Amino acid sequence: MKSLICCLVSSVFALGLSVSGQVIRIGVVGPMTFIQGIHHWRGATLAADEINAAGGITVGGTTYTIELVRVDSNEMQPGPDAVSAVERAITASKVDFLIGGFRTEAMLAMTEVAADYKKIFLIAGAADDGLLKGRVDKNYNRYKYLFRITPVRSTYLAQVSFILLRDVVETFRRELGISQPKIAIVAEQAAWANMIVTLVALQAGTPVDKGGFGGQHVGTWRPSALATSVAAELTAVERAGAHIVFTVFSGPVGVVFGRDWGRLQVPVAAVGINVEAQAQGWLDATGGFGAYTATAGIYATGVAVTEATLPFIDKFQAEFGELPLFTAGTYDALYILADAIRRAGSLQTDAVISALETTDYVSTLGRIVFDELHDPIWGPDYITGLGVQWQDGSPKAFWPREWQPDPAKFPDLVIATPGTVPYVIPPWVKDHWQGK
Amino acid sequence: MVASILVNGLVYSGVYAMLALGFGLVFGVGRVLNLAHTAFYMVAAYGIFYFASTGFGMPLAVVLTTLGIVAAGIAVYKLFIEPVREMEATVLIATLAVAVLLQELVLVFFGNEPRHVPPALSGFTQVVGVRVGNQEMVTLVVAALSLIGAWFLLSRTKLGLAIRAAAQDREVANLMGINVNQVTAIVMGLGLLLAALAGIAVAPLFTVEPGMWMNPLVIVLAAVVLGGLGSLKGSLIGAVILAFAEVSVVFLVPGGSYLRTAIALLIMVCVFFIRPEGLFGSSIAEER
Repeated sequence: MKSLICCLVSSVFALGLSVSGQVIRIGVVGPMTFIQGIHHWRGATLAADEINAAGGITVGGTTYTIELVRVDSNEMQPGPDAVSAVERAITASKVDFLIGGFRTEAMLAMTEVAADYKKIFLIAGAADDGLLKGRVDKNYNRYKYLFRITPVRSTYLAQVSFILLRDVVETFRRELGISQPKIAIVAEQAAWANMIVTLVALQAGTPVDKGGFGGQHVGTWRPSALATSVAAELTAVERAGAHIVFTVFSGPVGVVFGRDWGRLQVPVAAVGINVEAQAQGWLDATGGFGAYTATAGIYATGVAVTEATLPFIDKFQAEFGELPLFTAGTYDALYILADAIRRAGSLQTDAVISALETTDYVSTLGRIVFDELHDPIWGPDYITGLGVQWQDGSPKAFWPREWQPDPAKFPDLVIATPGTVPYVIPPWVKDHWQGK
Repeated sequence: MVASILVNGLVYSGVYAMLALGFGLVFGVGRVLNLAHTAFYMVAAYGIFYFASTGFGMPLAVVLTTLGIVAAGIAVYKLFIEPVREMEATVLIATLAVAVLLQELVLVFFGNEPRHVPPALSGFTQVVGVRVGNQEMVTLVVAALSLIGAWFLLSRTKLGLAIRAAAQDREVANLMGINVNQVTAIVMGLGLLLAALAGIAVAPLFTVEPGMWMNPLVIVLAAVVLGGLGSLKGSLIGAVILAFAEVSVVFLVPGGSYLRTAIALLIMVCVFFIRPEGLFGSSIAEER
């Protein structure tokens, strides 16, 4: 009876706040039955709890608390679910703002709905340039509501993964004496991956002095994003004589790849983007076969990108028992939104947009400042991301270790994030190629 | 490259053939187009995952999963399919509904994250220069044994004779004193047994996730139609052709490997231009 009364009282209280307009409703959009969506939700709940516990958001003398609305976009599967979910969140759940999102294909449609209803949508999960480029710049009045928090856009993500690939190519040259490593590409069939695949294929064979990798491109394989086995693709990669396989995966096929690659001990080093490999459960999901997978990532064991990173990771791990995925960037999205609302001194959409455009915020990911496309600026002093490799049972960062972003212009500028370790060629790959 | 295609094609052929034979049997004998067939294969993969990860030994896990799938499948048949068995469209919709229901139930109990089942035999072996996982070979052996067992049952036993008789002509078989309904239930159980064994065999190879039944369903339907509706031999050969077509796409059109299923289905359509009744099916005129 006591708990029933408590429940009734809190419901009435919540209803009262809502009715009096003292609640800011935020829709957290993601594929909620997949790990990516689960982390969307977890990141957002941590931030909402912290902000509410700290007294909420005070605007013009009124204090608002944050109320989250779970918006399951089911966007891993093609179909109209994503659009319906966002429309329902806006019209039925009356959300004031939206954060999250994952699949570019679904995000293009969901952000159209947000634009129709003039709702600010802070993207935390989708990388494709085209979500903002060609929209915010070409039709500002319609798309000014869209901002990206994480990850950085595909072009920059490609840049990070290129740096990681270069690091691995150099390690092959240094440790195995292979001057012109052969590079294969295995990328899921999804829009966001297309540009990265094209660029890597072009750069693989370009000489080092012309900015390429000085290797040789031996083929590109594009399995379905929902494939349940890539053993045949890996056999083909091995047959092509590849030393290194550049991966581009955001969905479950990343687990399939990691498992088949380790299980068959295919003698190629895997590096690139593999979102599933950012998760704490990576080794369990791949049956332990995913060791030595290297991926562009955001968080790694014991690496403080900013002063906000480790407290967030510690809290996330204490609460949920695992490392946050990049989609848990909803945590930063919520803080950035709260900061903008406070600076705007209003909940009025245009005022919040203006405040967001002048954001300069030290997040768990790095310093976030938006460019003219509403994308976070990438580079030293802003967001760079990490290169992460699974070593000794945990994700260790191997980049930025001794990174010189522009040796010609700034020869003394070397970025070295504390806690990083050298990249390690998987032992079976090293054994296979040593002396050949 | 030929060796790679042959070895990988054989592994896929084994799995698809097990599924296609079970599906073909149920259709051939019971005239039941069971769209839930591969959903049971998916549930079997989860069954082995569950029993293996909760401390049951692998042999006991295999037995429990197989028995569970057969029992559940028979119950589904008796409850949902048998009452509407004569209405083909209703059967189609009912079995599709069962498949989706099974998927959603799995989603509720296990979530959407990919699950891993440890291989019965880890490591790999080089076969004609191609790296083949030992688990792939186990799968191939399971498939071969299952198919040989099914062949023995169908061609060397009285039950097999009754099944083949019912498959040829239900009414005449009935007049000859064969309890066709009982035979259909037995065949349903046999089909489910094959689906369960296929699910158990591939669980360590494929990612275990709730949607893993859809692609095999398309392939199995295509194999049965390609081979000729009602022809068991045709179903098996259809499965092998489609498996090799899929694997060949990966090797010959690497950039389009996501199109492997689409291209396999295109081959099926092309065959229809030449033989509309499928490779081993009887023509419509013959049936009349």
